[in-house]
Amino acid sequence: MIEARQIAVTFNAGTPMETPAMRGIDLTIPEGDFVTVIGSNGAGKSTFLNALAGELRPDSGQILIGDQDVTAWPTAKRAGLVARVFQDPLGGSCANLTIEENLALANARGKRRGFGASVGAHLREDFRAQITRLNLGLENRLGDRMELLSGGQRQAVSLLMAAMQPMKILLLDEHTAALDPKTAAFVLELTREIVAERGLTTLMVTHSMRQALAIGNRTVMLHEGQVVLDVRDQEREGLKVEDLLHMFEKVRGEEIDDDALLLS
Amino acid sequence: MSQIAFLGAIEVGLLFALVALGVYLSFRVLQFPDLTVDGSFPLGAAVCASLIVVEVNPYLASLAAAVAGAGAGMVTAWLNVRLKILHLLASILTMIALYSINLRIMGRPNIALLGETTVFTPLEALGEAVDMPTYVVLPIALFGLVILVKLALDWFLNSEVGLAMRATGVNPRMARAQGIHTNRYILGGMALSNALVALAGALFAQSQGAADVTLGVGVIVVGLAAVIGGEAVMNTATVFRATLACIIGSILYRLAVAGALNADMLGLKAQDLNLITAVLVTLAMVLPGVRMPFRGKRKGGMTS
Repeated sequence: MIEARQIAVTFNAGTPMETPAMRGIDLTIPEGDFVTVIGSNGAGKSTFLNALAGELRPDSGQILIGDQDVTAWPTAKRAGLVARVFQDPLGGSCANLTIEENLALANARGKRRGFGASVGAHLREDFRAQITRLNLGLENRLGDRMELLSGGQRQAVSLLMAAMQPMKILLLDEHTAALDPKTAAFVLELTREIVAERGLTTLMVTHSMRQALAIGNRTVMLHEGQVVLDVRDQEREGLKVEDLLHMFEKVRGEEIDDDALLLS
Repeated sequence: MSQIAFLGAIEVGLLFALVALGVYLSFRVLQFPDLTVDGSFPLGAAVCASLIVVEVNPYLASLAAAVAGAGAGMVTAWLNVRLKILHLLASILTMIALYSINLRIMGRPNIALLGETTVFTPLEALGEAVDMPTYVVLPIALFGLVILVKLALDWFLNSEVGLAMRATGVNPRMARAQGIHTNRYILGGMALSNALVALAGALFAQSQGAADVTLGVGVIVVGLAAVIGGEAVMNTATVFRATLACIIGSILYRLAVAGALNADMLGLKAQDLNLITAVLVTLAMVLPGVRMPFRGKRKGGMTS
């Protein structure tokens, strides 16, 4: 179980540029939940994700993973509990390392690294078997540099990398936002498969309301650094984008004016 | 160019190949522009020479030099990762500080090593035994050492820890997400880099017969010239090739300098060395756009 308790963070505190990015976010994610997080620009989605990953330390509040309070843990220390796929296809891998070297990096997540060869023959066979399932023909290109792959291929490999070692939560940071619609659909389908197959607890940030309702079992909406909407299972089933908008208006008493959120 | 001048250029080229490997580690692997080398090279020379003149075993003295260099590298890395000082500035601060420290270590601006027992003394005896002049034996021995260091570095960079270090340089955010404590790897990598440079300084002082506090001026440029020059003449897609390129680049650089100084018609003298260096580095940086003889078709450009 992952628990965020009243986490708050303010950027540039005490200056004219002061921006409260999170104003006390409370969220409990039981094991096996697949939560999609939506919200307009500046709602605090990415900040929240960064706080969960450890890249950002909240000013106040607590983050618990399992029974452990990880609030003060830096990203690297949390890596055994948290796996992450970045929005930027270049962000989740090392462009000038080979595919197999990238896989080896992910394969050692949460484990002690030693002075043995990073990619041995045994491991290479294992990687080949895992990457074959992507059906992208990458099994014969393990020695190619990552930068030779397209954005969609890179995101697919990043997903595979994230799922290589056990974790308590998988964080997906608008991981299809930089892709064309067809590739985005492929990566999303792959996400669904991998998450279902391994029963992963997942938190996916997205900019698209439609996507948020199409995947997962729970949807959370952030607005001005707070959770304003939290629907799950039966309550969420059959819900349409318009319904979500009405619910938001009822809660906030204001209208959403972010076109990107409505149109995508 | 005489045979002695040629072999002399090879010898210095091989010595500076160690500097080039160190610079490759900082500039290329960690992507940390590190000017500490201008201080850690004479630091190695100073530590080694000071120990040799008080009759310490020269191998031990060279090892101590490498350890001192590692310390200098860690200071730079610490200034950067802990105190958040810009990497370039952090390295300049260490470099400047080392100038004073080197004077303190030696107690005077230079130490002569003529007549002292150095790591090269056994080689002179060996040369006499097999009837080869020292200026031939020395490059051969250095070649062996440099290859040994290169292979050790290849093995390291292809290990799990080495791969994590490479990831730290390429994409630190991704590296952290994979559980890599990037700060520790920067500290370790900078220590290793400057240990190599200081070792080169120690060997240089022993082969030239003196340590001097001004030995470090421009070492970083020479190291960069070797790294960039090596990349200009060959494909560096794998670690094995990249480290090989450092060695080849370093030797080519020395041969080019020796050639320029020896070509009487150019009228260049020893005092023109730094000018020649600047021109050579510039050429090496511009040339990658030009088709080169031993290079593959691609060298790490963006091809998405």
